[in-house]
Parts: sequence; structure tokens; C-alpha cells
Amino acid sequence: MSTRRMVTIDGNQAAAHVAHALSEVIAIYPITPSSPMGEWSDEWSAAGRTNVWGTIPLIQEMQSEGGASAAVHGAAMSGALTTTFTASQGLLLMIPTMFKMAGELTPTVFHVTARTVATHALSIFGDHSDVMAVRSTGYALIASGSIQEVMDMALISHASSLESRLPFLHFFDGFRSSHEVQKIEELTYDDMRAMISEEAIAAHRSRSLTPDRPTLKGTAQNPDVFFQARETINPFYDKCPAVVQAVMDRFAKIVGRHYHLFDYVGAPDAERVIVLMGSGAEAAHETVDYLTAQGEKVGILKVRLYRPFSPKDFVAALPKTVKSIAVLDRTKEPGSDGEPLYKDVVTAMAQLLADGELGMPAMPRIVGGRYGLSSKEFSPAMVKAIFDSLRQSKPKNFFTIGITEDVTNSSLDVDYGFEIEADDVVRGMFFGLGADGTVGANKNSIKIIGEGTDDYAQGYFVYDSKKAGSMTVSHLRFGPRPIRSTYVINSANFVACHHWPFLEKFEILGSAAPGATFLINSPFPREETWNRLPRKVQQQIIDKKLKVHAIDGYHVAKETGMGGRINTIMQTCFFAISGVLPREEAIAKIKAAIKKTYEKKGEAVVKANWNAVDQALENMYEIKVPETATSTLEMPPLVSPEAPEFVRNVTAEMIGFRGDSLPTSKLSVDGTFPVGTTQWEKRNIAMEIPVWDPEVCIQCGKCSLVCPHAAIRMKVYDQKLLDGAPETFKSKKAIGKDFPDMVVTIQVAPEDCTGCGVCVEVCPAKNKQETRLKAINMEFQPPLRELERDNYNFFLKLPEADRSTVKLNTVKGSQFLQPLFEYSGACSGCGETPYVKLVSQLFGDRAIMSNATGCSSIYGGNLPTCPWTMNRDGRGPAWCNSLFEDNAEFGFGYRLTIEQQARFAAELATKLKTQIGAELVDAILSAEQHTEGEIRAQRERVAQLKQKISGNGSPEAHKLLEVADMLVNKSVWIIGGDGWAYDIGYGGLDHVLAQGRNVNVLVLDTEVYSNTGGQMSKATPRGAVAKFAAGGKPQAQKDLALMAMSYGSVYVAQVAMGANDAQTVKAFIEAEAYDGPSLIIAYSHCIAHGINMRGGLATQKQAVESGHFLLFRYNPDLAAKGENPLKLDCKRPSVPYSEFAYKQNRFKMLTKSMPEQAKALIEAAQRDVAARWAMYEHMAARPFAIGGDS
Amino acid sequence: MDLSTTYMGLKLKNPLVPAASPLSTDIDTIKQMEDAGASAIVLHSLFEEQISFDAEELDHYLSHGAESFAEAVTYFPQADEYRLGPEQYLEHIRKAKDAVNIPIIASLNGVSLGGWVEYAKQMQAAGADALELNVYFIATNPRLFAEDVDRVYVDILAAIKNEVKIPVAIKLSPFFSAMAAMAKRLADAGADGLVLFNRFYQPDIDLDTLEVVPSLVLSSSHELRLPLRWVAILHGNVPCSLAANSGISSGADVLKALMAGADIAQVASVLLRHGVGHLATMLSDMQAWMTEREYESVEQLKGSMSQKACVEPAAFERANYMKALNSYA
Repeated sequence: MSTRRMVTIDGNQAAAHVAHALSEVIAIYPITPSSPMGEWSDEWSAAGRTNVWGTIPLIQEMQSEGGASAAVHGAAMSGALTTTFTASQGLLLMIPTMFKMAGELTPTVFHVTARTVATHALSIFGDHSDVMAVRSTGYALIASGSIQEVMDMALISHASSLESRLPFLHFFDGFRSSHEVQKIEELTYDDMRAMISEEAIAAHRSRSLTPDRPTLKGTAQNPDVFFQARETINPFYDKCPAVVQAVMDRFAKIVGRHYHLFDYVGAPDAERVIVLMGSGAEAAHETVDYLTAQGEKVGILKVRLYRPFSPKDFVAALPKTVKSIAVLDRTKEPGSDGEPLYKDVVTAMAQLLADGELGMPAMPRIVGGRYGLSSKEFSPAMVKAIFDSLRQSKPKNFFTIGITEDVTNSSLDVDYGFEIEADDVVRGMFFGLGADGTVGANKNSIKIIGEGTDDYAQGYFVYDSKKAGSMTVSHLRFGPRPIRSTYVINSANFVACHHWPFLEKFEILGSAAPGATFLINSPFPREETWNRLPRKVQQQIIDKKLKVHAIDGYHVAKETGMGGRINTIMQTCFFAISGVLPREEAIAKIKAAIKKTYEKKGEAVVKANWNAVDQALENMYEIKVPETATSTLEMPPLVSPEAPEFVRNVTAEMIGFRGDSLPTSKLSVDGTFPVGTTQWEKRNIAMEIPVWDPEVCIQCGKCSLVCPHAAIRMKVYDQKLLDGAPETFKSKKAIGKDFPDMVVTIQVAPEDCTGCGVCVEVCPAKNKQETRLKAINMEFQPPLRELERDNYNFFLKLPEADRSTVKLNTVKGSQFLQPLFEYSGACSGCGETPYVKLVSQLFGDRAIMSNATGCSSIYGGNLPTCPWTMNRDGRGPAWCNSLFEDNAEFGFGYRLTIEQQARFAAELATKLKTQIGAELVDAILSAEQHTEGEIRAQRERVAQLKQKISGNGSPEAHKLLEVADMLVNKSVWIIGGDGWAYDIGYGGLDHVLAQGRNVNVLVLDTEVYSNTGGQMSKATPRGAVAKFAAGGKPQAQKDLALMAMSYGSVYVAQVAMGANDAQTVKAFIEAEAYDGPSLIIAYSHCIAHGINMRGGLATQKQAVESGHFLLFRYNPDLAAKGENPLKLDCKRPSVPYSEFAYKQNRFKMLTKSMPEQAKALIEAAQRDVAARWAMYEHMAARPFAIGGDS
Repeated sequence: MDLSTTYMGLKLKNPLVPAASPLSTDIDTIKQMEDAGASAIVLHSLFEEQISFDAEELDHYLSHGAESFAEAVTYFPQADEYRLGPEQYLEHIRKAKDAVNIPIIASLNGVSLGGWVEYAKQMQAAGADALELNVYFIATNPRLFAEDVDRVYVDILAAIKNEVKIPVAIKLSPFFSAMAAMAKRLADAGADGLVLFNRFYQPDIDLDTLEVVPSLVLSSSHELRLPLRWVAILHGNVPCSLAANSGISSGADVLKALMAGADIAQVASVLLRHGVGHLATMLSDMQAWMTEREYESVEQLKGSMSQKACVEPAAFERANYMKALNSYA
């Protein structure tokens, strides 16, 4: 037997370690938070790691979770050992297959990071609503609560599935367990071989489908035998618990840790017991240890094997002294009289009581409660509150814990002052800026302590909902015993703030324990740091008697060539002052760790980091804390007092990371939220912002067009309106004939800009005296903030352009329109949002949008704020995200409503012609609605109509009032990424396009699953590295446009704003005008490409010049006129493919990891380009007549 | 006819050597160059700056945007190892050595003393028959004096010589205040050969975009005159081999280089322009001229028109306009 080593890994890696080692075929699909299990598997197989039988498992990405489970089904049925990984919606898509696999007694293991199922909202976080939704499939369900358990139960599941013949679903809590890093003992391949029954494998193979001994499965059965056949499986379910217990016993002999179907922890004579499963059991375990040490008669029962549920084993594990039981469910089943685990427990005990087998003096009182939905914290204070409640003669049933539920008053009161953290555990909280590497450094610190000392280590990382300028909070614990604290730190003895502005905005020291050490990254000189702190922070430091250290991390990073990354520097400071290790030892360990981490990236990187360590020690200093606070700086309110009430009372709480304390009564009942709330957030994340130079400007509008955050805007207005303008407000006479006697202003929103610099890159105008300057130049934000804020507020009050007079189909004209999508949380320099914003400018006042899950649904709909907004008339895009896979059909549903109700309205108007007036009705029903003027006229007519019938009491008039607005054209937009359009949603998209109805589909094509961290899609180009394609994607990308064109009735365009912005605008206008389905595929550069985002548009240009992405418009209206419908809008490829590709890390990294493969793939990609161009050139040039080719 | 020559102790079948260029990045092309008559091949350069740039770039992009959003904790898979150091280049030396029978001269490009001098030893171990050291930088720092610049060259050369036993040539720019003294100083510091001269990317201005565009224009015959002058002057005055480089485009140009005193003629632009098969044409043109004039060997030609051997030594020192005025008169 080989010896086991200690490793510091997260739950996903722990599960994947076993799953990869015990599988032959692994079918995968990305979904948070399970994706890393597939990623590890793909990386390991790409690097040649074998399973326990010495062969490399085959990894296959599918088009959806439904596809992945079906491939697993087929692989298992044909004799393979197979697995998959998923969560939430993904698990729901697997349900049909799961019924099949269980019905056919087919062994497999699905490893599931239990995650919230979308209801009133999507949530990526953890609870058991997904797992509970598959209870009826017949899968065995087994739960893990800690990272060690994840690895152990993974093995127990694989072994049990083969021996019991039941398919197993092994689940652990999303994020809390999937992403928590812990020091655990790693199981060896010898352990796994010893656990897996070779006979069971042979038996599985002997049952497989093979033409060498053919059998038939998947029959259709009739009323005569189906029922009886369905009951044949009973013995397998009856035996399963015993099989699993036997496997657990074997595991104990081999590995030493002994699990049971139900594990009880606590006083042997406990009177109050909590029953639960998953990570919450760890916090409860820890609390019970604490309480029993104080003599309390309490305990918890951890459920391991939840299905098949064994009542006898359950009761046998309970102390006979128990008087009251609280069963906790991490899910909600509305309409049920209790959640599933509760009902199972009640049923089990009632059955045994009735059978006289309960073995207890009396039936205990059993209550059920809900906790931890969507990763809501579950802490010792809550466990204590539940035990306290169980003391009562009639404890509250159907309670909630961890929230304030003030509508039906189900929640238990919690004393949050109850803390049980041990003194010998180092508890560090680190507040970092997303881009600064804080989390990475902390993961590294955990490895250093975990693998380099005897101490145990735990890390958990909390991210906010923004992709640019986000705050990360790392929670690290180090201590001499295994750590069961599955909750964030509430009492830290070390707090670090790596980004100064957080101190001015958020409550950073609220969780600092008295006497804790506080480390600040201060951009100020030593002598100024103290006085720059807000008064509240100073007071907290004094009151809590904190020891304060500071360093100018940015300065040290700059001096040592680390760029903006302060991670190594701050990590060094932590080790130097936290006392977690002796200082010298700690520094030596950091340096060794740096070498290990960066060695493969080259010596230069190692040396730069080492130097940063030395410089950090040199530059850190301690601040002498005075006895009284001296600062006059007050923390400003998070949102303006002018904000609407909801924003001040609810949104602001979420912005300030205090959303946990919002009671139920403050939230909407059906997931509806007001639009236009990003404007109140004022994130001030840009260090530099663009400044306009009117003298150089040619007023082309490109800067406004490309701004991903609508933070630079253009208006044309009457010069007279400049009266009262702030002193520094700039304007210039409008260029061109369109706006005589008017002036133009280009204005930046200084507090909303993310500082990406894309506007500067795209600006074509150069200063004649100094060509490095353009009409837009980046300047340091802080001194400009106040002035530009006033300027921007003045700018916003200026009137919007008359939509009927600007030339909408030009770049410049489009940019005089108000964006109705602004200040989203997208990445700085995002390549998608300029397209989304353009739709909002051109059609937002009449648009209704469906948005596939993905980046666009996250920056479009992730709380706390909403970037979709409305114009002064109160009109704007109505937006909804349904799911990932159903987006096209969902949006199509809007169109069906619009058509149906518009027809109904027309019918009613005709019926009420005499009351309304024939002239008005005829005008409405025959109105052209193509131009902005025509649409406005129709709106006015419909308003007149409504007025005319408002006093009419007839049923028809009532009905007409409900639907009359549908007489004004609506613009249906179906938006999503390539993961949706090319893969998971393709079937639906194809169907919708085929129907001929007027919907506009915008595919934001980043050629990769961006939102889930860069997994391969069918849009991923050949030769690009992506997750699930660690060896470079071997196949060419799918030509979705060509597939859509094959209908002949779909308007299809490919656009790339950076290559030809005028064509982009034209295509959007044409697509919307086309009275039928339209598909726009928009090339969107992305952070997942590994590019400098500031130059994203230049990348787009190269994509077109190299032939990687062709620009064209296919307009069926032209075909109807006898013209060739396909217009190529780009020239023959003029740049070698490699020149485009090797400016992007996604391609270039393969030349560093697999150079030969990279060469072969790039050559193939070059051939793809030539072939594609030849085909499109031919298609665009061929003679065309009505009915097809001439 | 004996076309053989000796360059840095390497016995070569003729004086025609493809210079460091993208042509040698492909093993098939290396074979074709041998078939067309190349007597040795200088591989494309391994750039110190490229290696550290690649490492930093990869590190940057692998972590760019990572660890800041819960759903996308990273954006790229992590490979077990990346070939960022000289491994790929060393592998290329090995493959080139396996593919051809002629000497392979590895080329190393750096601007400062650093860990990269280690690479020289690894190149030797990979089978390189000699090294060509390409050290140049643009001395833009107004506080950096000629002596400081010169010393960098000498120090780097000495460091490399310290690492390896195979011969080392140093490729120079023509921009030294005291070219002859510098050449002598390098030869004394152990240079086995001097390659005169390297060519720079030079900035151009694009009038449409108002951008500075660095570009390298392929050389042509007229550019030979600068190396020709210095080869002729240095021949016999420095104790090392000389290679002429820049503008050698024809058999006639090779003859001129040899007569000025070069041991070999390095060619690149002409091969990029006309294909590597042009080597054969140059060789046969050269041979035809030698046959016609009844030359028996390259050795006979070498240095026959050097400053020491020619009729009018001063011609190599004169500035052009003097010569022009004289001829007019």
C-alpha cells in the first residue's frame, strides 16, 4: 500500500480525484459550481493521468447536461465505468435519463455540487433544492459535509453503485463544500483498488449491450406487465443500505475513517437532537461539541445515505433519550406540509412507533425547519437557537433559521453574539480587489500552512456580483485540529484591507475581534495614513484595541515589476505579522511556494516575486494608534439621498453587503424589481477616466458606441441651453449640415466609468501637435471626480435628441440616442455590452427582451442593481431571463402574445369603430410603423383611442384597454451567448428561426462559455485552448450563420464592431426592420481570450482581416427582389491566421504547452479560413434569381 | 576548384552560410538549404527578452480576471508545464543536427548579463557546433557613454565564453565610435569570429494612421558596402574569423566579401526574396567567375582586396564625396 499524503484542495478537486481515477468515460457540461470537476478531469486526461486501471479516461463535453447524462447512459449501457458532474438546472435536465438509468439498474455516479434551482430568481449558490428534485428517479442519494468526506464518499459511492447496481448521486454543498479549501488526507489509487469490487465490474460488463450476445432494452410496455416489472427492483433497494454500510465498513478497515448510514454526534443521553445533512452538519457538529462540553444534553444526527432511506438504521442511530427533534432541510417545497427530510423522519418514526419498534419511551416531538437556501450562512449561533427552541414545550414547527421572515413570522430569533471559535485558531479575513490576486495568494498561504506544517487549514472565498472592480473576501482559518467551521468568520483575529477605497465605503472592521491585527494597503505616505482613515474606522481601531500595520503595496508592486498585482506583497505582510508561523520560517516557505507555483512560468516570474517578498518586509510599517480618533472624514451614504425609496432602503443594503439583514417583507413576492438602479451605485472603480478634447474631436461617435458601460455619451442640443452650465462643461459647434446652429458635447460619467480605455483606443482623431494625444485621453480620476460629476449631471438634464430627426442608421446618429442599458457590472472593456447597449439605443423604447443565462444575464440581471433603464417617457426595455436552454422559445412566446393581442386589439377596435371614430381606427389599423416618426404617430393615435374608450363601460372596451398598446409595434429581442445559441439552446433557436415570425436574435459570440470561466463551445475556434479543451480544440467551429441562411427566410448578419462599426449599425437596423426572424452573430472579444481588453476592438479587426470572422448580411428581402441576398462586407483575408491568433493567450498558450499540436492546429485553422472565404465569396458572387440559383 | 573555407575553426565546404532568419525555424527548409549548397546554417535567434516576455505574458493572462467572480474563478485550464525557457529552441538544434550534415550555429540574442548566459551551455549540449552572439541595443540613455556600451558587449562575450567550449562569434552593429578598436577588443576577449553587421528594425511613420511603424526592409546589394569596408579594414588586423553580412545578394557579392577578407558570407534577404534555391545559383555564378579568372581556391581570393592587400589602402578610409570629387576632377 502506498502512503497517503495530506493535500489542501477544494471539494471539487476531491471528488474529481476519485471520479477520474474510477472512470473510463466522463461526459461533461459546464455549470457552476460543478464545472471545476470536469475541468480537472479534462486537464488530467490531457496531461496523461490514468485511472486506477492504467488507462487515460476519455473526456467528452456535450451540448447540455441532458446530453451529458444521455452519453453517460449510453456509455454505461455499453459497459463502461462512467461518471458526470453537475448541479441545479443541469441536474434537472438529467432527470429523464436518471429515471431510465435507475429503472435499468445501471451503475454510475453523478457528483453534484448541490445548488439552488432557479425560481423567482437564479442563484448559483448552494442548497439542496436540486437534489431534492430528483428523489423520485430511483437514484441512491449520498451526502458529504466536509472536504474529506467529499473524497471519501465519492469512493464509497463508486464502490456502492457497482455492488448495489443502483446509480448513485453523490452530493455536497455548492460553494461551501465545492469551493472551500481544506487540508485533507488524499486517498491513493491503492485505496481505490482495494475498495472497488472487480467482480462487480465484470458483472456490469457482462450485462452490457453488445452485438456479440445481443439483448433488448428500452422496450415499451403495456398495462398488462409494466406495473409488475416496475416492482422487480424492490430487492435491490431493500438491500442497498446494507450494501453501502458494508462498503463503509470496508472503507474503515482500509482507510480508518468509519462512516455509517447515519452518524450521531453528541451526548449519549441527549434530549434534543438536530437531524440534517451536508455541510451544515459540520457547523452543527462543532456546536454540539461545544455545548456538550458545557453539559448540555444535545446531539446531531448526520444523514449520509438519504436514499434509499433506511428507517431502522435511522432510529437505531438516535439516542433513546431524545425528547425533541428538529429536522433541517436546505430546500423549500411550497405547498407541502413540511420539507422532504422532515417528512421522511416523521414517517419513519411513526411507522416504527406503530410497529412497536421505536424503542423509545415516547414518540419525540419532531419539528421541521428550513435553513441555508442559496448558501445562506448556517452558523453555531443558529444551531444554538434551534436547540434553544427545542427546549420549549411546543417548539415552533416549519420554522426558518438565519433570516428574518417577518411576513408569516416563521423565523427563529438568533443571538448572533454567540461565538465558539477557539483561541488557538488563527482567523484571517482579507478584503481584496478582484484583480489584485488576493484570493490566489490566500489559496497559496493555505497550501503553505497545510502542506508545510502539522496545522490544519481552511479557506473560503466570497465574491461580489460584479465582474469589474469586484470585492473579494477571503476567510482563512489555521489551527491544530481539523476545522469544521463551515461558515464565514465573524470574529477575525487578523483583518487585511488590500484596497483602500473599501475602507471609505464598507464595514471592514465589523468582524475584527478585540486585539486583532489589522493590515492596510495604504497608497499614502506613512505619516499620512492614520489621518486618511475615516473617523468610524479610527474609532473601531481604538475601541477594539487593534494593532495596525500598513504598506504601500501598489508602490512596492510597481517598483518590483509586479504591475498592479499586490498579492505576494500582502501575503508576505500577513505571514510577517500574523504569527501564524515563525517569521523566518514563514518567509522561507513563501519563497519556496513561489518557486513551486511559478517555476513552470519561467525564472523571470519567480525572481520578480521573490524580490517583491523582500521589498514587502522592507516597506511595511506599524502605525502608532492614538487614544482618540482624529479624522474628520465621514463615510458617505452608499447611494444618493435623491435615490428612490426602494433603492435607499433595500438596494443600498445589498450594495453595502448588508443584504443578509433585509427581512422578507422588503422583497418582492414574484421576483420583480425596478429598472434603472445602477445609476445610483456610483462605484468609482476607475483610476483613470477619459477626458474630451473638443478641439481635436471630429464628432464621429465611436467612443460612445464602443463604451461597454455607457459611461461616455454624446448629445446634440441648442446652444442656448448652455446657460447655467458648470464652468468646466465643454461643448463644440456641431460638425456637418444635419444640426445647424447646435452644439455637441461628449461627456464622461466619471463615477460609472471602469477605466477600460477602449474609447481612447478607438478614437480616430489625433492631436496635430502631439500625436500621442487624441480627442479622448485618459487622466487620473480623483481630481476630476467632483467637477465631472457636476458636468455629467448637467449633461443628463439636457434634452435627448429627437429620434425622428437623427440618422439612426449611422454610427454618429445612433449615438445621439439615449442608452437604456447603462453602468452594468460587466468586465472592464467587455466586448458584448456595446452591442447590447446599441439595441437599447435603437429599439429600447419598444423592446421586450429574453436573455439566456450567461454573462449577459448576469451583468443584465444580477442584484443588487439593474442596468436596464427607461427614458423620460417611462419607456424602456422589458427584460427577463428564463433559463439557459429555453431562451429562444421563451422570447418567441413574447412574439406569440404580441401577435395574438395585436390581432385581438384590431378586432375589438373594428367592433368599436363607431364609438372610437372610423377615421382613427382606420388610421391605426393601416399605419406604417417603420420610422421613428411613424411609431410616434401610432403611439399618439393609440393614446387617443384609449382616451376615447376609457369612459365606455362595455366589455369590449375593457378588453381593448387591456391590449390596445399592442397596436404599437414591439421589438422582440432574444439575446444570449454562443454557449446558448450554438450548444444548449440550438434546438430551440433553430425551431424559432424556422417559424418565420418576427423575432430578433442577437448572439454575443465570445466563442467560449465566458460566464462559467471559459469552457469550450461549438463556437470555439480550432486550435484555441479552453476549459474542456486543454489540448486545444481539435474541430473547426460551427457555422451557425450558414445553417440559419439555409432556410432562405431568415435575415442573418455577422458583425464585429471593431472591424466595421457602420456595418454593425446597418445590420441591427435591417434585422429589426425585417418582418421575420433575424439572427445577428456579433463577434465579442472577451477576457477569456487572454487579450489586453483595452485593445479588444483591434482584435475584432484582426479577426475579420484574417478571415477568422467574416462580415456579411443575408437579407431575404433582396432575394424576393431577385437579387443575391448575401452581401459580403469584408475583404479577402489579408492577415495570416497566426497573426490574429497568437496575439491571444487562448491560442498562444498551446504553443507553450503542446507546440507540435499547436502548429498542426494553426495550419488547419489557416486552411479553414481559405475554404470558408472561397465558399462565401462564391455564394455572394453567384447570379441569383427568384426561386434560387439561376 | 577548392571552395572550402575555415570559419572559427570550422571547416566549411564553401563560404556561403545562411544567416539567422526565420528561414531556419523550419527543419524542412534547413534541409533544402543544405541541398542548395549551404555550408553551415546560423539558426534564428533565441531572444532573451522574448523568453522573459513570454513568461510574464503567460503569467499575466493565465491569472488575468481570475479569482474575482464566483462563477469564473479562472478562465484557462492549467497545463502541467509550459515550455517557456529555451527548451523549444534546444529541441530545434537537436532536430536540425539530426536533419543535416553541415555545422549548425546557434544564435543567442540578449542585451544584458543575466541567467540567460546559461542557455549557451545548453545550446552546446544540444549539439550546436558554434554560437553566434547577437548583442545590440539602442543606447538611448543620454547618461550612457560609449565606454559603458562597449563594456556591456565585452562582458557578455566573456561570460558566454566562460560557459562553452565551442567557438563563439559576435554579431555587431556598425555604430561604434571606434569600430576597429572595438573589434580588436572583442577578439582579444575571446571572440572566435566577428559578424559584420546586424540590421535593425527601424521606425517608419505611417501618414494615414499617424503611427510609428517599426519595420525591417529586406536588404539589397548596395548595403554590402558598409560591411565590405570594415571587413577589408579588419582583415589581418584582428585575430579572429570574419563574416560579412548585409546585402549579399549574388555570387558577385560573395566574391567581393571574400576579397575584402571575409571567411564566410552570410545571406538572408536574398533567400527570403528568391527562395533558398538561390544559394545554388549564387554558388554557380561564383564558381563561373572563378573559373573564368582561373582562381583555384577561395583561400586565394580571401583578403585579396583587403585594405592591406589592395592598391589604394586609403580608399577604404575615405569618405565617399572625396572619392567622387577626385573622380570628377
